Amino acid sequence: MDLTRMTAAELGAAIASGETSSVEVTQAHLDRIAAVDDRVHAFLHVDTDGALAAARGVDERRGDGETLGPLAGVPLALKDVIVTRGIPTTVGSRILEGWIPPYDATVTTKLREAGIVVLGKTNMDEFAMGSSTENSAYGPSHNPWDLDRVPGGSSGGSSAAVAAFSAPLGIGTDTGGSIRQPAAVTGIVGHKPTYGGVSRYGLVAFSSSLDQAGPFARTVLDAALLHEAMAGHDPMDSTSIDAPVPPVVAAARQGGTGDLTGLRVGVVRELSGQGYEPGVEAVTREALARLEKLGATVHEVSCPSFGYALPAYYLIAPSECSSNLARFDAVRYGLRVGDDGVRSLEEVMSLTREAGFGPEVKRRIMLGTYALSSGYYDAYYGQAQKVRTLISRDFAAAFETADVLVSPATPTVAFPIGERANDPLAMYAADLCTLPASLAGLPAISVPSGLSEGLPVGLQVMAPALADDRCYRVAAALEADRGHPLTEEAPAL
Amino acid sequence: MTTLKSTVDSAADVASRYDPVIGLETHVELGTVSKMFCGCPTTFGAEPNTQVCPVCLGLPGSLPVPNEVAIESTIRIGLALHCTIASWCRFARKNYFYPDMPKNFQISQYDEPLCTDGYLDVTVAGRTVRVEIERVHLEEDTGKSLHVGGATGRIHGADHSLVDYNRAGIPLVEVVTKPVAGTGALAPEVGRAYVTELRELLRSLGVSDVRMEQGSLRADVNVSLSPAGSGVWGTRSETKNVNSLRSVERAIRYEMSRQAEVLDRGGRVVQETRHFHEDNGRTTPGRSKEEATDYRYFPEPDLVPVAPDAAWVERLRTTLPELPAARRARLAGQLGATDFEMESMANAGVVELVAATAAAGAPADEARNWWLGYLTQKANAAEIEPADLAISPEQVARVVALVGDGTLSVGLARQAVDGVLETGADVDTVVAERGLQRVSDVDALAAAVDEAIAAQPDVAEKIRAGKVAAAGALVGAVMKATRGQADAKTVRELILQKLS
Repeated sequence: MDLTRMTAAELGAAIASGETSSVEVTQAHLDRIAAVDDRVHAFLHVDTDGALAAARGVDERRGDGETLGPLAGVPLALKDVIVTRGIPTTVGSRILEGWIPPYDATVTTKLREAGIVVLGKTNMDEFAMGSSTENSAYGPSHNPWDLDRVPGGSSGGSSAAVAAFSAPLGIGTDTGGSIRQPAAVTGIVGHKPTYGGVSRYGLVAFSSSLDQAGPFARTVLDAALLHEAMAGHDPMDSTSIDAPVPPVVAAARQGGTGDLTGLRVGVVRELSGQGYEPGVEAVTREALARLEKLGATVHEVSCPSFGYALPAYYLIAPSECSSNLARFDAVRYGLRVGDDGVRSLEEVMSLTREAGFGPEVKRRIMLGTYALSSGYYDAYYGQAQKVRTLISRDFAAAFETADVLVSPATPTVAFPIGERANDPLAMYAADLCTLPASLAGLPAISVPSGLSEGLPVGLQVMAPALADDRCYRVAAALEADRGHPLTEEAPAL
Repeated sequence: MTTLKSTVDSAADVASRYDPVIGLETHVELGTVSKMFCGCPTTFGAEPNTQVCPVCLGLPGSLPVPNEVAIESTIRIGLALHCTIASWCRFARKNYFYPDMPKNFQISQYDEPLCTDGYLDVTVAGRTVRVEIERVHLEEDTGKSLHVGGATGRIHGADHSLVDYNRAGIPLVEVVTKPVAGTGALAPEVGRAYVTELRELLRSLGVSDVRMEQGSLRADVNVSLSPAGSGVWGTRSETKNVNSLRSVERAIRYEMSRQAEVLDRGGRVVQETRHFHEDNGRTTPGRSKEEATDYRYFPEPDLVPVAPDAAWVERLRTTLPELPAARRARLAGQLGATDFEMESMANAGVVELVAATAAAGAPADEARNWWLGYLTQKANAAEIEPADLAISPEQVARVVALVGDGTLSVGLARQAVDGVLETGADVDTVVAERGLQRVSDVDALAAAVDEAIAAQPDVAEKIRAGKVAAAGALVGAVMKATRGQADAKTVRELILQKLS
């Protein structure tokens, strides 16, 4: 029995039954990381001692006869944007190199409470800005399907870890597509919950009105189990929704029966055509055919404002980031450059930010600073917020005739490392499909739908706010119809 | 350096040529148990950086959660100032870099304040001035910087700086007036009366301890001058963080004189922030960092809008206490005070003290005389507020009673008050320990009278000759010899008796 090939649900059950232990499972994954991560580079920090200690804790509680959750003892790869008490958190940036947070994010606390074992912190584009992990200050991660290609981003470390069987579960964060796009290009499941569904407390902010943490897994059920463990109202986050967690696990099980009778699927016309690889479109058509075969009705819907999603996003997110990242000033924590007792505070702040932030982060800080400036605010930030409203209205209209909306999760398969690194606009285009749901705060999942030229393609399923369960139901049905997780087709590392 | 004319004269002088316009932005630290966006305590004077957490330190990943009591306090302030309460409003981020601001932005309110369009009436020199309130909004306070080394105590030129974040995140309400024009030479007093009245109002609401010397109430004072009758507003200066009532008045006076001098020379007033110096009553220009920059305000995305519904607002309205103006009207009746007397008491900040002294049994006019007279002098000398004197209204009432029953003369009573202020003991103890009782025993005084007569034979001769008025000199000598303890009336009778 190769513990690293099992699903999280299977591992949880095996640990619960005593068939194996959390320590064994954790050690197996630590071994896997040791064997492959020099090539994949999914992790920035592997917390070997902490993970094994947590695993022992779960095994002891189990030994004491305690009843634990379904994922107790199962290991997980945590994106380095979620703060972890006593474990370094860099956000992929030099500016936070060596920072040891004195507190846990709510997500981290929930993981601990669920008995989930954090293996370590995963690589990411600096401050979650990017679609490839190439913006990480610590070097890119590699796609396990083809090590010369990107694993997506910004949560590419977590997606690579799960796709490489280094962890059965991962956590990413999604601001404009940073869970769904990496899930799609690594052939795994990734879900961005409804905005406010998962606490942002302890998630180092990129764009506050968009950021949302969510699960990665190789199966839909595993993702749902993790979603249930990490979601829920948090009084520490004012934007957290005070409502029950949608029944995502039940929906995943129901979808797993393969019956979608009566489900109305809307295909978004604007998320296709120019810029979309023919192979991606072909796999998407196959997926739609499967949905119809399972009883769903499929029709086209139009969301004309989606065309403005990209420019609107690249005003709102940089604006918020220009303010959110102002706190990295060398005064209280993190990097400090040039403090020689002679230079002024302003000089030390400037030198620190100059040395600590990478080019993409600086680009966005400058964009956002400009967009919020007096005299430009209305034309840029104000206008972008109006676009956001229009996009929400397009969604509302589309959901009058459809229970879920679908599109490719990303226009292309994983691109080669370096191909888009110096072309920001080409990089930004990787998020074309995922931006509308982000701007509207809606739940959306990427589920593997097949291969194009040997590389994974994801189908995005979007649902109304708090109807995350619909995403899981459709995704699980598609997965069941395929017969096995796509990662089983991945080449061995 | 030009020596300024007596500032009292100069206000009238300036007002004869220019119309002063003032505006006040008052910051009030709310007296909530916890901070604005986290659960940290707000106790004043704690060891530096002991009342902090990830949220008020702005650590990566932390998020604000609004303090509902602070929102309620702000709405109550707005209601007491006759403001309109917004049915929907948002917090906004004010972006600028400064090390005492942990996030390098301040959560404040921008174009959507909680309360707008109110007023506060103040009375100066018998004239009631309606100060219109532009807005009342809620924000978080910054930390405090201590710049070590350097001549100015400011960041430029300092060797190093220390930052205490205990204050960072304490809820701060800003009350902004509209420009107040047309008060002429009274402008400095109107400014002071406004802050005094606002402080009384805040105190009556119980929302803040309003201690200016601890910074829980601080005022920014805007002043501009325009040529008399021109109707064109001049360029304003903004004097920051003026931290006493007296300084508010002095800062306005100084700015009026300074700006008039600039304009008289044909110069232009520069729009700038200035600092007020308690020691010499002057203002000096602030550093450029504090000047108006582009704050890049935008709605705070980490917070949801505040939407006070009508029922909530009305419920808060029912919690308003009797406000100072109404209370004064009622007390004026109880104390039998005239409008002028009430104005004097209000502007000296002693209305409640007089009322409490009267309530403790003193005749109202006696109570008023003590608080407006000797006690206000003592407070001014100590540069504190009368309310902060170390004597309670009950003790003042006791002093009044001892004068009333003849135990103390007015002079002895003042010595007794001094004793209470110095020692903190009660009046009776001070009187007993210092032997302050008035001496009216004829035998005890006879010797002193004899000595006085012997010492001034020429005066004694005049009295014998029928010039009774000359007795005053001998009475004075006896009073001096008895350190004021003699009963003057008895002494006089004794002298006349002996020399008749």
